[in-house]
Amino acid sequence: MKHLVYILIGFFFGVIMYKSEAASWFRIYEMFRFESFHMYGIIGTALAFGVLFVQIIKKYNIKSFDGKPIVILPKEKSFSRYIIGGIIFGLGWALAGACPGPIFVLVGAGYLPIIIVLLSAILGTFLYGLVKDKLPH
Amino acid sequence: MQPWPWYLSGFLIACTMLVLLLMGKKFGMSSNLKTFCSVCGAGKVSSFFQFDWKADRWNLLVVVGAMLGGFVAANFLSNGDIPAISEATKASLTSLHISSDNEYLPKELFSISALSDIKTILILVVGGILIGFGARYAGGCTSGHAISGLSNLQLPSLIAVIGFFIGGLIMIHVLFPLIF
Repeated sequence: MKHLVYILIGFFFGVIMYKSEAASWFRIYEMFRFESFHMYGIIGTALAFGVLFVQIIKKYNIKSFDGKPIVILPKEKSFSRYIIGGIIFGLGWALAGACPGPIFVLVGAGYLPIIIVLLSAILGTFLYGLVKDKLPH
Repeated sequence: MQPWPWYLSGFLIACTMLVLLLMGKKFGMSSNLKTFCSVCGAGKVSSFFQFDWKADRWNLLVVVGAMLGGFVAANFLSNGDIPAISEATKASLTSLHISSDNEYLPKELFSISALSDIKTILILVVGGILIGFGARYAGGCTSGHAISGLSNLQLPSLIAVIGFFIGGLIMIHVLFPLIF
């Protein structure tokens, strides 16, 4: 039953990504050229409600469906890993015109070349695992 | 068949995150790439991939759902048109040799015939590697940092998102004219 719920959550997320056009290369390209409000509107609205939801969860100590407290683990403190990793990710996001969520969605949408991006992203993750200890964090 | 407006889309993305939090999980897509590596046995060469990936199986189900969602949205809820991007963006496409008379994704990069050009393959491979490497280095991608992390007002996520934009702006404004 729970399995089905996760698939359903993913399903709605996939439809949202596609129908919002956040999964389109053109919208990402346009966003980085600051020529439309569309993507900023999406991220801004998601954030406004996201902050609201998280604040409500914290303020009212809302429990998860199985009765456990909802804990959002703070990320480890650092500057270099977030800025360097972030820049590397941003270069790829703009070059391929898709971030990980939309990559999965576009595979389902039937764009076969995106499978190359997906496999390369897995390879990139693997490469990070290999050299992780030699990088500034 | 119309695309959804930004305010509805943004609200629904926040709801996706909320439901995952209520399920006792977190919203993050790129961690699945790490899970794939572990499933394929990457733990043999790096301890980074030695973790109990079975505990993250739920996220793989989200991925399966996202693919199904993409399939249904592309085939039954959309006519696959190019998004209504601004005239200025359309005009700039010429310099990239990408047509503004196009589809949801540019056919110059994402059609099977485009793969006959080695340059297209290189763009997709390098783009993918940067995405995977950068997301893990930064500890998250757009969903984990820009949505989840910033919703929780985490400073590391703000630094990462600033990084995402520095990288994106360098790519589009400095490197695109050299690549295309």
